[in-house]
Amino acid sequence: MIPAPFDYVRARSAEEAVAALAEHGDEAKLLAGGMSLLPLMKLRLATPAVLVDVGRVRDLSYVRDAGEHVDVGALTRHRDLETSDVLAEHCAPLRTVAGEVGDNQVRHRGTIGGSVAHGDPASDLPALLLALDAVFVVRGPGGERTVSATEFFHGFLETVLEPDELLTEIRVPKTTGGFSYQKFQRRAQDWAIVGAMAVRNGATRIALVNMGGTPLRAVAVEEALAGGASVEEAAAQAADGTEPPADINATPEYREHLARVLVRRALEVASG
Amino acid sequence: MQVEITVNGQSQGHDVEPRTLLVQYLREVVGLTGTKIGCDTSSCGACTVLVDGESVKSCTMLAAQADGSDVTTIEGLAPDDSLHPVQAAFHEHHALQCGFCTAGMVMATVSLLDEIPDPTERDVRLGLEGNLCRCTGYHNIVEAVLAAAETSR
Repeated sequence: MIPAPFDYVRARSAEEAVAALAEHGDEAKLLAGGMSLLPLMKLRLATPAVLVDVGRVRDLSYVRDAGEHVDVGALTRHRDLETSDVLAEHCAPLRTVAGEVGDNQVRHRGTIGGSVAHGDPASDLPALLLALDAVFVVRGPGGERTVSATEFFHGFLETVLEPDELLTEIRVPKTTGGFSYQKFQRRAQDWAIVGAMAVRNGATRIALVNMGGTPLRAVAVEEALAGGASVEEAAAQAADGTEPPADINATPEYREHLARVLVRRALEVASG
Repeated sequence: MQVEITVNGQSQGHDVEPRTLLVQYLREVVGLTGTKIGCDTSSCGACTVLVDGESVKSCTMLAAQADGSDVTTIEGLAPDDSLHPVQAAFHEHHALQCGFCTAGMVMATVSLLDEIPDPTERDVRLGLEGNLCRCTGYHNIVEAVLAAAETSR
């Protein structure tokens, strides 16, 4: 399977990428590692007329201690996250979950910014960044703006990014609290059928993978815990308010069951 | 578009369509057919090659993205008729049956042992999660990888 023809533009900097997007409008797509976009293009589910390759914009690949938070360049590869000393010290959940994405080959190419901008509810990192209350830095023709993770994911494969905007940085609050990611899948390298993560950083935050059109916070569980409910009682509400998809792997009812079980397990490990 | 890619130590320059996949470039333009196209959906790992020393699935990468890089395929692992230690271990431990996954499995192993020179069995099983074998049940592949790690030390 080969993608439909397109024009290829290589951007050497964020400025060049933004300029190329401004020129080509919504005919263009940004290419980072390509781990999500290229499979879609091979299936002809995506047929951009222009690909703007930002894969060589090296100055957007970094993990930096920025005091209260850790700043991560959007083009940092999963491999660089899972081996980062800065993350080991200040944000172990991001290091761990980056190591759960795909397989070695995928992690050698895929980037955190690509995963976030693709906005797939079955992805691992968007849900984690939601649980961590990360902030996304976005650059467009008018300059820079920041968007909180709670506002960023809009719908299935949709984010608040405009066609002429580039995600440049992810700011992740530091955490040393308990954490667990429970990923349920049929084969080791697969997408999560359902995933649940619990982060204890002061309050307990729970995020769900593949339980709706976007990554989700399990608000009912968080509120139950804050109100003094036991792990068991709180986890029973994990599927409240969700509309999980039906596909070859699972019915919505089965996904709701998985969410309750996986949230309970995640809370038990994170509290342990 | 023009791409300059060093394949198995030899610098190559070719004019390709931007949509050319790396695996297609290696097989059809350079003429190296050791790299296999299996699932063609980045699941099976049969197309695994090294780009700048790291394993990638060449069915899910454009030749344009490899422009300026060093690519190593199964043909380039060892000179002439000799075997790379990983190839020798696969041979010794009968780590293949039909052989279709083998080139990708070997390339993924070379990259894995570069990152984890002294792996546990679990490291090997997790490290090769991106490579599917439908014949062996993996047992002898894991044995071969552990043996290759041993001989490389």
